[in-house]
Amino acid sequence: MKNIFKITYLIALILIGATQVNAAEKVDFLKTDWSFKGLFGKFDRGSLQRGYQVYKEVCASCHSMKYLSYRNLFEPGGPEFTEEQAKAIAASFEVNDGPNNDGEMFIRPAKLSDKFVMPFENIKAAQAANGGAYPPDMSVLAKARTGGVDYIYSLLLGYEDAPSGVTLDDGVYYNKYMYGNNIKMAEPLSDGLVEYSDGTTASKEQMAKDVTTFLMWAAEPHLESRHKMGFKAILYLIILTILVYFSMKKIWSRIESEV
Amino acid sequence: MSDHEYAPKSKFGKWFNDRLPLLTLASHLTDYPTPKNLNYWWTFGGILTFCLITQIVTGLTLAMHYIAHVDMAFESVEHIMRDVNYGWLIRYIHANGASMFFLAVYIHIFRSLFYGSYKSPREIIWIIGIIIYLLMMAAAFMGYVLPWGQMSFWGATVITNLFSAIPLVGEGIVNWLWGGYSVDNPTLTRFFTLHYLLPFLILGLVVLHIWALHVPGNNNPVGIDVKKPSKDTVPFHPYIVIKDAFALLMFMIIFAFFVFYSPNILGHADNYIEANPMVTPAHIVPEWYLLPFYAILRSVPDKLLGVIAMLSAILILAALPWLDTSKIRSAVFRPLYKQFYWILVVDVLVLGYVGAMPAEGLYLLIARVATAYYFIHFLIILPVLGFKEKTIPLPLNITEPVLGGMPMASAVKKKESLN
Repeated sequence: MKNIFKITYLIALILIGATQVNAAEKVDFLKTDWSFKGLFGKFDRGSLQRGYQVYKEVCASCHSMKYLSYRNLFEPGGPEFTEEQAKAIAASFEVNDGPNNDGEMFIRPAKLSDKFVMPFENIKAAQAANGGAYPPDMSVLAKARTGGVDYIYSLLLGYEDAPSGVTLDDGVYYNKYMYGNNIKMAEPLSDGLVEYSDGTTASKEQMAKDVTTFLMWAAEPHLESRHKMGFKAILYLIILTILVYFSMKKIWSRIESEV
Repeated sequence: MSDHEYAPKSKFGKWFNDRLPLLTLASHLTDYPTPKNLNYWWTFGGILTFCLITQIVTGLTLAMHYIAHVDMAFESVEHIMRDVNYGWLIRYIHANGASMFFLAVYIHIFRSLFYGSYKSPREIIWIIGIIIYLLMMAAAFMGYVLPWGQMSFWGATVITNLFSAIPLVGEGIVNWLWGGYSVDNPTLTRFFTLHYLLPFLILGLVVLHIWALHVPGNNNPVGIDVKKPSKDTVPFHPYIVIKDAFALLMFMIIFAFFVFYSPNILGHADNYIEANPMVTPAHIVPEWYLLPFYAILRSVPDKLLGVIAMLSAILILAALPWLDTSKIRSAVFRPLYKQFYWILVVDVLVLGYVGAMPAEGLYLLIARVATAYYFIHFLIILPVLGFKEKTIPLPLNITEPVLGGMPMASAVKKKESLN
């Protein structure tokens, strides 16, 4: 019996070792308390809704989010706007549709089933408008960077004047947390940049936290149901394991041998 | 499989069994005499069967939604994660399942190394196992390419380029593998096809692996032959079934923890960036379970020799039953081998660590020493040890391991500490 605990311990140890493999370069990111971490972690609805506002008013002019649909905005586990709100948000965008029965392409307001409208026609257009740098699609960004949400949060707040001796090209900015410290995105946030409808003070930190929360949801829209199901699944497994353990003891007690 | 005569009770059962002896097979499997001193290290065979079936079932489901095309693969994975009912669950089980599968197979292999399970008369079981392991690595590598992220693309580029090291025909072989002049759509579609095929080959080999096992029966921690059936054995059902189930459940708890609470921690963040042939990631690293071999590959300065060293590191295992000259199976009775065994374990862990680090400076030096030691262990230490080592006398049977005399007392104590 001691043996199986040793094995379990060993497995956990190896896996923890394996998780360190991808974190070869350790950086100390700025920390904040994320509501979605932990066994029962959930998104803060208010933060998600504010985060969407920051995304729409600040990020969306350059960054696409092509894997999300407007219907996601009212689906459970997300910002949970009302269906009407989501419809209104969708209708404020225009999509190119067609061809219609006359063979013509036409412009219409976006519907809930449409994907988020992209700010640029294609990657080349995005690069041309941004000094050659492609503003990455934000759909899975929170999972596509080592450090995840902590990295994004830190990056948003990591703009500094370049240290003496470092010269920057035109259109390049200094960021403490960017790989190589050079970033082509100008500092996107400043205090009071957006006006939150729920009265929250739009400090830089608050906006960074809200938009990062929104990005985490965008990357992992089923996070809440995953956490919920995980708790039930593991609890079920533990109970079953205990029952099977006692059955095993009972069965093996028929012979004189230790399990 | 004709250990004993089995006669079905019903008339229909007898009629059927005379034509296709499935009932005889079932009876053989349930009654299969198993040494009763098997410890929990022996439960990983069952755990691995579970892993394989889980991968096949989740894989089939994913294949129903996945699109093997360079323009749509990444998007179709996101579609699975977002819009397919419980698609996130299926994909996370499949992705983390690969890691759990390899973890279990490493424990299974190192159990065999410790208790000498590869020795006569079990060489064929061992060799089939090595082939399964090779196919697993191929399947895992190709599976990692399918989401068409940055690591998928660049990992595929690095690994397929290894074949260019072959003299004269290397370039041709690489182009043939790619189906073109770079990793592109033809590469993706063939990798998907092969990734779909390999698990079924593995399944077939697993049947042979178990069949070959059922001829001599299980080895055991004491490593001596067991008369079967006897008071040293128990029928597979219910004794081993319930014990395997218990161990499997413990394993599943850890598995579930990763799936539900840290599903991406074993993967690389770069694979959530869609493949881009114009941008090379800062570090191209394989999945953690391939790192020791990656370290061996990089520790040799010459490309061709590096590839040969990496392949030899795996294939050398197939020769193990003949490289290990000791007649004693279990390390419990081989005090020197036991020490070398643990050095090998540390050596492989070190190789895994340096495999994840940049191949330069001290890391490269460590990788070279560890690679050299890996081969020394199998090619020099094991053959010599068989002749030189003073082993502890073996007990007569597993129920009464005490033979009398002082040396045995310590051996028994050691054996207990292992259980």
